[in-house]
Amino acid sequence: MTQELRELYQEMILEHNRKPRNFRVLEKANARAEGYNPLCGDKLKLFLLIEKGLIKEVGFQGSGCAISKASASMMTTSVAGKTKDEAEGLFDRFHKMLAGEIRSEETEALGKLTVFSGVREFPTRVKCATLAWHTLRAAMEGAEEVVSTEKDEGDRGFG
Amino acid sequence: MIVAEKSFFDVEKIRKEFPALHQKVHGKPLVYLDNAATTQKPKVVIDTLIRYYGQQNANIHRGVYYLSEKSTDAYESARVKVQKFLNARESREIIFVRGATEGINLVAQAYGRAFIKSGDEIILSTMEHHSNIVPWQMLCDEVGAKLRVIPINDEGELLLKEYEKLLSQKTKLVAIGHVSNALGTINPVREMIEKAHQAGAVVLVDGAQGAPHLKVDVQDLDCDFYVFSGHKAYAPTGIGVVYGKAELLEKMPPYQGGGDMIKAVTFEKTLYNTLPYKFEAGTPHIAGAIGLGSAVDYLNQLGIEKIAAYEAELLRHGTETVSRIPGLRMIGTAKRKACILSFVLENVHPHDLGTILDRDGIAIRAGHHCAMPVMERFGIPATARASLSFYNTKEEIDYFAEAVERAIDIFK
Repeated sequence: MTQELRELYQEMILEHNRKPRNFRVLEKANARAEGYNPLCGDKLKLFLLIEKGLIKEVGFQGSGCAISKASASMMTTSVAGKTKDEAEGLFDRFHKMLAGEIRSEETEALGKLTVFSGVREFPTRVKCATLAWHTLRAAMEGAEEVVSTEKDEGDRGFG
Repeated sequence: MIVAEKSFFDVEKIRKEFPALHQKVHGKPLVYLDNAATTQKPKVVIDTLIRYYGQQNANIHRGVYYLSEKSTDAYESARVKVQKFLNARESREIIFVRGATEGINLVAQAYGRAFIKSGDEIILSTMEHHSNIVPWQMLCDEVGAKLRVIPINDEGELLLKEYEKLLSQKTKLVAIGHVSNALGTINPVREMIEKAHQAGAVVLVDGAQGAPHLKVDVQDLDCDFYVFSGHKAYAPTGIGVVYGKAELLEKMPPYQGGGDMIKAVTFEKTLYNTLPYKFEAGTPHIAGAIGLGSAVDYLNQLGIEKIAAYEAELLRHGTETVSRIPGLRMIGTAKRKACILSFVLENVHPHDLGTILDRDGIAIRAGHHCAMPVMERFGIPATARASLSFYNTKEEIDYFAEAVERAIDIFK
């Protein structure tokens, strides 16, 4: 395996892919959203229990590649117990890390989420890593429709 | 030396004719296995484009000067080459379009809007590419017709009994893929066309995956329309073909309006041009058409039957090789198949596999292949697909299978 692949598929990512955390339907959820990446068919259902602006519990269901599944799993463990604003802040930083817009010392606040920094080298996979986060934002905003990673571009892909 | 014993196909010599195959990707020799998406181009086609733009470029059908005549001759002789390639009766039955997608849209709009009415039915199948679904859905929405869908079995073959049940007096058109891009299934289009004609329906065959791999004889098939894309048949992108029976094309209204498709224009009335120009509004992709003619020459020179025989050998070797991989499930195991290996792995998502193989220089497709109803039928979100061409080798397939096994190890 090449160095770049090793950085993409870090042990923690593989482990979360094998055993995703909070992989369940949250019956008592009061915020829900669905995420969809039409390019690869990844689908995600996210369930949140939010009380007074605080994310008390998170659950998710769905199918997807290792990156999207591990990202969803680690996203749920990162935002549980955080306020909505804190969760937004994490997404912002996470997104900037994947876009290569912040220096590595600035990613410290992301904690374990820095294992996804290797995705930077694989531009076509950035959407896999951010699908869960987009879905989180949609759930927090109370959006009803399915969020798509391609919402502005439509479904591309040929024969 | 890789010479297939049975077909006497000199693959190494053929590979030399495709410049793009000889490059390294991430430090590894490119192994290009995404031929169902698009094929690489032989040098003779690339040279044709260079020669056209370097020496012949002029607009067609209007100039009285030397270059325009040369350009027109080259464009029209490409039409004759395609006519012979498909064994159409006449060259005016060959219309140049952008690709199979535009071809299907042309038929859906020009034929469909004129001859398909509210309450009529259009039959297609579960395994169609989106491009052979959506144009018909749009037409149905517009005229109030209804889509009926032929189901498939677990091998990815059409259920012909169900097809016969769907056919009725309401059926006005059957749109069917010659070869499935997601499964590789070769459909029994000849028999299906006969059945459709007995019911009084016309048939469009989507030949995007058929024409590059199988001998196509539109008179023998007796299809009413046959469409294919140049770029999947070793020709440039942006050029494709609609074959249509002259008597149908004659009675169809034009698809698009503009220059070249008219005889005379006044603000009171426009007199449309004759076939095939009636359907070729505006300056066409002249270089592309000439490039397609050159690709057809190339395929003829190799021999489409020889190509099919060699590709069948590759498919057999590929199927045997990948079937031995633990945890691999083939999607599409029809008895009659083109050289497409579509599969899912127990613990590796197709998308991850695609990324990992890319680092080994291997190009495959991961996704729904623009055939979401097929994915739904098999209860999977996506497959990994290796689609082969006559320039691929058994060694490449072995290298690919080893890379798949290494990818599986990562996720153990």
